[in-house]
Amino acid sequence: MPLEDYTIVIGLEVHAELMTETKLFCGCSTSFGSEANSQVCPVCLGLPGTLPVLNEKAVEYAVKAGLALNSDISLLSKFDRKNYFYPDLPKAYQVSQYDLPICLGGHVDFIVNGEKKVIGITRVHLEEEAGKSVHSGATITDSEFSLEDYNRCGIPLIEIVSEPDLRSPEEARIYLETLRNILRYAGVSDCKMEEGSLRCDANISLMPKGATKFGTRTEIKNMNSFRSVQRALEYEAKRHAELLDRGEKIIQETRTWDEASGVTEAMRSKEEAHDYRYFPEPDLVPIVLTNEFVNDLKDNLPEMPVAKYHRYITEYGLPEYDADLITANKDMADYFEEVIKHYKDAKVVANWLMGEFMRLVNEQEVDITEVKVKPKHLAEMFALQDKGVISSKIAKTVFEEMFNTGKDPATIVKEKGLVQITDASEIEKIVEEVIKTNPDPVAEYLSGKEKVLGFLVGQVMKLSRGKANPQMANEFLKKALDQLK
Amino acid sequence: MELINKSALELRDLLDKREVSSREIVEAYLERIEAVEPKVNSFVTLTKEQALKDADKADKMIKDKTATSLTGIPIAIKDNLCTYHVKTTCCSKIIKDFLPPYDATVITKIKEAGMPILGKTNMDEFAMGSSTETSIFGPSKNPWDLERVPGGSSGGSAAAVAAMEAPLALGSDTGGSIRQPAALTGIVGIKPTYGLVSRYGLIAFASSLDQIGPFAKNVSDAAALLTLLAGHDRRDSTSLPLEKVDYLQNLGQDIKGLRVGVPVEFFAEGIDPEVESNVKNSIKALEEFGAEIIEISLPHSEYALAAYYLVATAEASSNLARFDGVRYGHRSKEDRDSVTMFKHTRAEGFGPEVKRRIILGTYALSSGFYDAYYLKALKTRTLIKQDFDEAFKKVDVLITPTTPSPAFKFGEKNKDPLAMYLSDIFTTTANLAGIPAMSLPAGLTSEGLPVGVQIFAPALKEDIMLNTAYALEKAIGSIGFPALEV
Repeated sequence: MPLEDYTIVIGLEVHAELMTETKLFCGCSTSFGSEANSQVCPVCLGLPGTLPVLNEKAVEYAVKAGLALNSDISLLSKFDRKNYFYPDLPKAYQVSQYDLPICLGGHVDFIVNGEKKVIGITRVHLEEEAGKSVHSGATITDSEFSLEDYNRCGIPLIEIVSEPDLRSPEEARIYLETLRNILRYAGVSDCKMEEGSLRCDANISLMPKGATKFGTRTEIKNMNSFRSVQRALEYEAKRHAELLDRGEKIIQETRTWDEASGVTEAMRSKEEAHDYRYFPEPDLVPIVLTNEFVNDLKDNLPEMPVAKYHRYITEYGLPEYDADLITANKDMADYFEEVIKHYKDAKVVANWLMGEFMRLVNEQEVDITEVKVKPKHLAEMFALQDKGVISSKIAKTVFEEMFNTGKDPATIVKEKGLVQITDASEIEKIVEEVIKTNPDPVAEYLSGKEKVLGFLVGQVMKLSRGKANPQMANEFLKKALDQLK
Repeated sequence: MELINKSALELRDLLDKREVSSREIVEAYLERIEAVEPKVNSFVTLTKEQALKDADKADKMIKDKTATSLTGIPIAIKDNLCTYHVKTTCCSKIIKDFLPPYDATVITKIKEAGMPILGKTNMDEFAMGSSTETSIFGPSKNPWDLERVPGGSSGGSAAAVAAMEAPLALGSDTGGSIRQPAALTGIVGIKPTYGLVSRYGLIAFASSLDQIGPFAKNVSDAAALLTLLAGHDRRDSTSLPLEKVDYLQNLGQDIKGLRVGVPVEFFAEGIDPEVESNVKNSIKALEEFGAEIIEISLPHSEYALAAYYLVATAEASSNLARFDGVRYGHRSKEDRDSVTMFKHTRAEGFGPEVKRRIILGTYALSSGFYDAYYLKALKTRTLIKQDFDEAFKKVDVLITPTTPSPAFKFGEKNKDPLAMYLSDIFTTTANLAGIPAMSLPAGLTSEGLPVGVQIFAPALKEDIMLNTAYALEKAIGSIGFPALEV
């Protein structure tokens, strides 16, 4: 039967690196991109005799994440050891949380195809990051040797486990994007999938529509972008459906996504799954939190995207579409709020950000936080427009210059001589010239084809190199033409 | 002046009076080491030159009046305590050339106090054993009878003090590894309350049980060294945030009215009659000082050894997993891929006893067996703690034999792991309960072998434990030192 006749059941396990200055159990820096093994110490290298000391900031961030995800915060939680051998894991165990995680329950809400979805969160727990293996060849199997970089080892992570509430690969992607947005709003993770600070594993199964018993699931790893999460799940859903249609069984296994060939491949079966032999970490004491600590974090939690969305509609009068688009990215929302501190017409600001601003951001592939245009300068540009100093068309030229150089709009207008022509006699002169050099369109207009007026206005703008005030150009041209009638 | 016969505090006194220098003391011990070491084999690494340099520094501290209570007194260190750029091997092939880039917290304290380190002492591989027979460097000998074991795992440290190769030594105690060798070599050894001494830099065997503690010739010396070692360390999350206590100050107080518990379970069958009679004499001595002797019961004691060998091996299986050949230590030549490398490195690097315990611990934690073994052991541990809580409502300290028998002969038990494990039968309960315990000499057997008596106290009541031991020591008198023919 076609895929549409199956219910797809997806749950995600998301790992997000917390943006603490130092690692979870030692004082090493967590910054990204340093020379290999330059941010290590005896503790994070797991040298014999060393002991972990918990970074309080990481606990704070994990609690904030839990609050942002509507979880219950456990006042008593503990660490456990997850034992397995791997060259990137110096102690041969990962300090994680097993049966008493720091956050329990919760939900993430979003809208997909106009429908509100509420995705349950099972738990959020705190753990340490492993190091990174660098293979000499293209893949591990055709490598002669591997090198280990332990800079990442010991960076605090939270693992966010969702309920199997997701019903399509697209939903899974949107959930992940929403989750990223929430974590960034909460200020606990920068969630950069390309740097690996946000990673995701997916569990997927299919069952016939109307059924209640989940099918056999497979787990997919190695999806390195939002797009690949959706693609991998689409592939896997199709693969499941084809197998089920042929009357074959799904094998419970872990599969890896190959981005280049666009397929998932078997990695290890259920029988080969590790026995992690979890047991309480004896080198650390339980994490005991007070209600005051949690409530204080709750009271100071930054505004979450959903709240912001509603506020933008009620406070700034933005349409739902605009509010959704701007709040979908925390950096965008932050920028928006900076601009409207200096310029009151929120709709004008929103239009510009969703239009020209995003066009250049996408074209030049820059991060919003790295955009050179100061929010105050953008506000000044709008003011110049309002005062009629520049036209909306000139504004685009000015903005592009601001975007490239970071200069303020007044300077650009001055340097480039972009001040709008509002001198009536000057515009009249240009209008005269256009009528003289375009006899055919003028004749057409006079014969009643008033549509050509637009073309003639364009010629006026062109001749003035865009600087003529468009309303004046329009008005003067019409007047001059009507006199010819 | 026979310096090596003197106690640490006597030497300290001579240093203060400037009758002797730290350099002279260190030289005397180095001479003694040279003379008896071929027989005793206490040390696996000697740090002579550094010790002499440190002695000069100590002499300067004494001259500058910046000295503290143990400045200038040399010490021997068990080889599972990390010493900066001095080999720390756990007497295992797998890290036989490991040079730590840091000092354990206790080593930092010893260095800051100006105590010259004579060297690193022999032990059972990764502290797993009760005789030093599992050391890759060969066993240490009991100075009282060179055909017998000095106990273990801290057998090298105990033998060094008993053979007068060092006035003081450090050991670690996971299930009796300080107290059992102290008993077998006729010296004093303390396992402090869990969390009193920082474990930072102690190569872990079983993290929830391990404690570092002192060996000394007498109670006062041990108390002085414990005073130096104790204290909160922010690098060890399990170290307790406590005010510093001077354990010397409380010694010599009247023990009249002290309630001394005698747990019946520790005097059951299997105990050597001479051990029993010596310990009973100690109890009688306390009674003569006016202590009240109360028979009590620790009903879950019979399960302690089983619980201990599950908890300890489970933690060890995880703690020792890091020795995988990737970053330091032995790496097998069979390293064509990581799994092959792990397997061969560990197969070649660990001795049979360590492997046995890793396999036991791995099994106890495996899915399907966890509840039956590890979890049950944790529950038993809680019951054992409750036994002690109940007992300490009625008594101030408990007194028992440290070991069921005096020192046994080489090869007598190392073929039968269970027989070896049984030598810890009286010591593991203190580690499971986290309470302090110590061993001190109770006397000698007719064969001239030392017998140890063990004192338990409630958590953090080291002062009461030490004062009881001090009184007992006075009553029993010195058992002397072994007549090692040099």
